[in-house]
Amino acid sequence: MRPQPIRAVAIGASAGAVQALLRILPALPAGYALPVLIVVHVPPDRSNSLVSLFRDKCALRVKEAEDKEVIAGGTIYFAPADYHQLVEGGGSIALSSDEPVNYSRPAIDVLLESAADAYGPALAGIVLTGANHDGATGLRAVADAGGIAIVEDPAEAQVPTMPAAALAACPSARPMALDDILSFLLTLAAT
Amino acid sequence: MPDAVEDIEIQLLLEALFQRYHYDFRHYARASIKRRLVQARAQLGFSSFSSLQDGLLHDPLTLPRLLNYLTVQVSEMFRDPSYFRALREKVIPHLRTYPSLKIWIAGCSNGEELYSLAILFREEGLGERTLFYATDINPDALRAAEAGVYPLDQIRKFTENHQKSGARASLSDYYTADYGRVVFDKSLRDRVVFSDHSLVTDAVFAEMHLISCRNVLIYFDRDLQDRAIGLFRDSLARKGFLGLGSKESLRFSEHATAFCDYVREEKIYQRQEP
Repeated sequence: MRPQPIRAVAIGASAGAVQALLRILPALPAGYALPVLIVVHVPPDRSNSLVSLFRDKCALRVKEAEDKEVIAGGTIYFAPADYHQLVEGGGSIALSSDEPVNYSRPAIDVLLESAADAYGPALAGIVLTGANHDGATGLRAVADAGGIAIVEDPAEAQVPTMPAAALAACPSARPMALDDILSFLLTLAAT
Repeated sequence: MPDAVEDIEIQLLLEALFQRYHYDFRHYARASIKRRLVQARAQLGFSSFSSLQDGLLHDPLTLPRLLNYLTVQVSEMFRDPSYFRALREKVIPHLRTYPSLKIWIAGCSNGEELYSLAILFREEGLGERTLFYATDINPDALRAAEAGVYPLDQIRKFTENHQKSGARASLSDYYTADYGRVVFDKSLRDRVVFSDHSLVTDAVFAEMHLISCRNVLIYFDRDLQDRAIGLFRDSLARKGFLGLGSKESLRFSEHATAFCDYVREEKIYQRQEP
């Protein structure tokens, strides 16, 4: 048994993100205790349509992350287009317009590294399908801080590059199929 | 708590920066500052924040190098074109009624926003009666803003943004290109005052008709945001305008009642009658 319960889930996804997230997020039940912080690579010019897409399909509250808002359980936060999403030590969200990381803003590394810093061993970090290497450094930071690191099994991911890169950078990460990731998230909140 | 020692080191480093050089980052949002400090530590070749602090206190060359990590913002001209379109269509008609105008670009960094506004005001026929104040705490950034030189590979994006903002001319009318860079026409800064000014420690210096301060407050904690917004309130003329970044808001500020929404979706506010 882990000494410390998980207090937050952070997920990064890129190419193939919508289909992968559709397998997970709508299945999280109302009353799910943890916050779910998500970065999906979206073009800078477009307003974030992920929020409206998932709001209609999820039992949890779905919203665009706002600067300085206090992170609450049972809520899914999407990073806004053209801003990084970070977690502050006190458990609130910080947005930044710092330069793109891995050519991306928002970047998965920025979310995972700051969340690893804020939550330490109480974080589950997950890297899903994608065609680049964002999230690899961040997932390593999650594991180094004692958190749980998970990648979508590259053999099953729609685009394997990103989870494979994360697994290479963080060999202790557990590769899982999407359904197993979902089951795992459900057990996390039950503890 | 992970990295408790590092958090202490960062606290002490920011304290040293303030006590020795009066640059006050102690109330900046910590997660972003930490990211930047981690970058600075690696790129400047220090093994810990404590050794960076040692370098900062004993080697004067460390200060400007560190400041470039802590303050310099990448931006683009006419970033968020709909903001500039709203200025043209909704704010300019009001500003036109004044015989002379003062505009403050607070936290101007390398000047992208300044040149955007200088071009916009010229296109709207207000260039001759407008004085711009471009302020920042970083002397290198102010020098870059004053030079008005940008990499050529950015100009396509700048041009596209300019067009979307409701341009009345071609952006190429305002610059010359050579050797992989573009140089903006120096007449654009005939009526610009560049100045060192800190939203953290400095005071009101003129009465403004428009203050544009975008993606600066996002880096401040709530107390510091309130200080800066109070400064903007006290700097604005009756019915003057304040433009913030698209993810910034006055909603939680103690000074919120001093302003009303003017173009809500673009975060353009107007100073209310006291």
